[in-house]
Amino acid sequence: MAEKIFTRNFHLADSHTLARYKETGGYTALAKALRMEPAAITEEVKKANLRGLGGAAFPTGVKWGFIPKGSTDPRYLVINADEGEPGTFKDRYLMERDPHALIEGMIISARAIGSHLGFVYIRGEYVQPWRVLDGAVREAYAAGLLGKNIQGSGGDFDVVLHRGAGAYICGEETGLLSSLEGKKGWPKIKPPFPAVKGAFGHPTIVNNVETIAAVPHIINRGAEWFAGLGTKSQGGTRLYSVSGHVEKPGVVEAPVTVTLRQLIYDHCGGIRGGRRLKGVVPGGSSAAILTPDEIDIPMDADGPKSKGSMIGSAGVIVMDDTVSIPEALMVVARFYAHESCGQCTPCRESTGWIYKMTKRLVEGKGRKEDLDTILDVAKRGAGTTICAFYDGAVGPYISYIEKYRLEFEDLIRSNAPAESTSYA
Amino acid sequence: MPKLTVNGKAIEVPEGTNLIEAARIAGVEVPHYCYHPALSIAGQCRLCMVDIEKVPRPQIACNTQAAEGMVVETETPRVKDTRRSMMEFHLINHPLDCPVCDQAGECFLQIYYMQHGLYDPRMIDEKVHKPKAVPLGPHVILDAERCILCSRCVRYCDEVTHTGELGIFHRGDHSEIGLFPGKVLENKYSGNVIDICPVGALTDRDFRFKVRVWYLDTTKSVCNGCARGCNIEVHTNKHRPHHNEGRRVARLKPRFNAEVNTWWICDAGRYGFPWIDDKSRLLHPQHRAGSQGTDVSWDRALQEMVTVLGRYPAAEIGMLASPQMSNEDLWAVKRLADHLGVKNLDFRVPPAVPGDEDDFLIRADKNPNTRGAELCGIAPGPGGLDAVGMLRAAREKRLKLLWIFHHDLGASAWPEAEVQAALDGVEVAIFQGTNANDVSARAHLVLPSAAYVERDGTFTNFQGRVQRFRTAVPPLGQAWPDWMILSFIGKALGFQDPVCTAERAEQVFNALAADVPAFAGLTYRAMGDTGAMVKA
Repeated sequence: MAEKIFTRNFHLADSHTLARYKETGGYTALAKALRMEPAAITEEVKKANLRGLGGAAFPTGVKWGFIPKGSTDPRYLVINADEGEPGTFKDRYLMERDPHALIEGMIISARAIGSHLGFVYIRGEYVQPWRVLDGAVREAYAAGLLGKNIQGSGGDFDVVLHRGAGAYICGEETGLLSSLEGKKGWPKIKPPFPAVKGAFGHPTIVNNVETIAAVPHIINRGAEWFAGLGTKSQGGTRLYSVSGHVEKPGVVEAPVTVTLRQLIYDHCGGIRGGRRLKGVVPGGSSAAILTPDEIDIPMDADGPKSKGSMIGSAGVIVMDDTVSIPEALMVVARFYAHESCGQCTPCRESTGWIYKMTKRLVEGKGRKEDLDTILDVAKRGAGTTICAFYDGAVGPYISYIEKYRLEFEDLIRSNAPAESTSYA
Repeated sequence: MPKLTVNGKAIEVPEGTNLIEAARIAGVEVPHYCYHPALSIAGQCRLCMVDIEKVPRPQIACNTQAAEGMVVETETPRVKDTRRSMMEFHLINHPLDCPVCDQAGECFLQIYYMQHGLYDPRMIDEKVHKPKAVPLGPHVILDAERCILCSRCVRYCDEVTHTGELGIFHRGDHSEIGLFPGKVLENKYSGNVIDICPVGALTDRDFRFKVRVWYLDTTKSVCNGCARGCNIEVHTNKHRPHHNEGRRVARLKPRFNAEVNTWWICDAGRYGFPWIDDKSRLLHPQHRAGSQGTDVSWDRALQEMVTVLGRYPAAEIGMLASPQMSNEDLWAVKRLADHLGVKNLDFRVPPAVPGDEDDFLIRADKNPNTRGAELCGIAPGPGGLDAVGMLRAAREKRLKLLWIFHHDLGASAWPEAEVQAALDGVEVAIFQGTNANDVSARAHLVLPSAAYVERDGTFTNFQGRVQRFRTAVPPLGQAWPDWMILSFIGKALGFQDPVCTAERAEQVFNALAADVPAFAGLTYRAMGDTGAMVKA
């Protein structure tokens, strides 16, 4: 069995406590990092090939390097714990079962970027993860791991937990920052980028929970070890949130070299009841759907991309042959119409429009030109918006129709409502 | 100063210029909704996309700064196609109710659809429904279905007035503009949101349903509401009198002047015009004996003026001019007073309530031409009386003729009884002005003046900027411009003066410029549309 990093303590009942964390080697990376030059920490993370695990897979160390050299502004480290991408639930497990890994990662990362104040923006619905993380932060303060003069190092770092109010867009890097600032969670126009002008107008690095939780392990065991677990372009293991029609859904830790087929059939026990796989979304709802003949790909940042999809948040949504793809598309379209922040025109208007068209299709009132209209509208809006939300919505709009067009056309011809068959 | 090309035209623009402004310098209009030069960049409408060489896809021009060597193209097939898409997105949920929308004719959805849209509509599903005809304040009404959520009004209330009444509520295509709880859009500059709204979402409660905009004529003018002299356009309805209950002035709109008011005017100025077409306007010269007033001809009125002005020695004549009058009028007053030898001359009347003032546009002095009156020398001559002195002298019957221009002394800070005693104390009270008031009701002779929109002239604002206003409509009834009335009286009295031979306001101004050093060298032509400063 491959090495477990993130989940190594998940089986322990008190894995969330400082005592257990320390007993299993916790905060030794911090001691090591406090003796390292900040630039050396960043360099180590770069060499480890750690890539953002929230969705965009951007190289973490490179991102840290975007803070303007010589800037004397305060810098902020912001942890994106909004985890709103449908089909994704890994950060929740991390915060509930290993919160100190996040805190230790934050202290080390803050040292690397020169930040003395960190925020964790937690999804509003995540009440239990927030409670656990809040308790862990209090423990860390009490133990002198957070606050002034951490462990006698002379360095200061404070952590503020901020609970969101349930908008998907607040998981978008700059929408999150707007929300954190107390404004409506509207993404900001770029440039300027957050590393230059982020939260409250100051240089800000936004990283995902899992990304930062990997940092202590990299510092402890070295960049080469971490890089060696993965592929040429991405190191480490990661957490895959596998949901849908598999026998054993849940969070799976595996090296990024794992294939989608292995995830479904080896790690999750295959399709429920031995049924046939119809489609699988590899990286949260914004990723393009893959057909059963497209699953022999490594689940790193490049594998799904080679099939026109993306690894995204590694939320794997498995659909068996009971699923009506038009209905699935309608559900996804309803989500994006509901969650579009409404700031910029193409997204605000076309997410609602496309939802109405898919709804009409599913109700059996589709017209044959609707499919091309959806595709055309999606393609016209793609790449024209302030943030990546709409490009995420376009992933399913286009892939569901292009890959399952016959099913849509049959539905239109039948003039009858679509329905996923019940599982029997 | 980066050099770049826009559609092949080489230009040089100041550092930090965005591509919408850079294109404008090159004579190219980049269509846009959310961008406004006075407001922060929102980047929301996504209409201002342009192609930039070496950039893989079109970029929004509003948030892209001109850079050295940039090659910008605004009319590539890709840009045009993107614009067409954006127009379709803007319009899918729009109610397309142009026939009953007040914005029709000056709506940028209509204009840009015709210029950049012209697609065949594909939307067949039910549109999103939102609140309609929602009053936001005393002047502004919202139709949320027509709104394209450009957020200009929201940013205006945040960044210009700092009053923060408006926000965008809800999400996605259910987003709508609205008031924050407990707020009303009633700041002193609220009407400007109507002007910056590019569509029919925010319309003017005063103007709406009065006249279709294509019947309106536009005249460049200057607001007469305070000493700032905001540049305005007077929109008049001359062709459809039945559309606006006979009111010729339909609305006032701000006109850009970087030195005076930028893009804005206050609500007091914007809605301060009903007196122009009011029933209280004085339409004929009037002669009053006892309580009985009779309309008389100008010939008769002028004759009477000659008679009464000849009857009394100059020391028993008082002239109370008004800072509501133009430079030309005041210069005519000054010349006539000099020829008559009248030294009892003033223009200052304290208002009953001190004017409000702020650090933006509104000035406490509610007169447009106080500075002009000062520069024209409207002040007591040696041994002459000022306004207070004239009223006292009138009460004490030392003054026999009091000629009051425009002032409604009943609305002054002076006690009403003293004003009445003064008017009753003189043998001849003359009122010259536009609208009936307490003074005109007691005057023995009433001379009707043309309103500022009915004639040409200039005001000198508090900064010393001389600004032209122009004739938008003819004078009502037999009203004449003040300078003309004074010119005719001077001519009838036989005075030799350029003012008495003038046929146009401009000639009076030239006479003023020839005599008063502060105005030396100024001409109507030199002032242009945005005015020119007097000499310090």
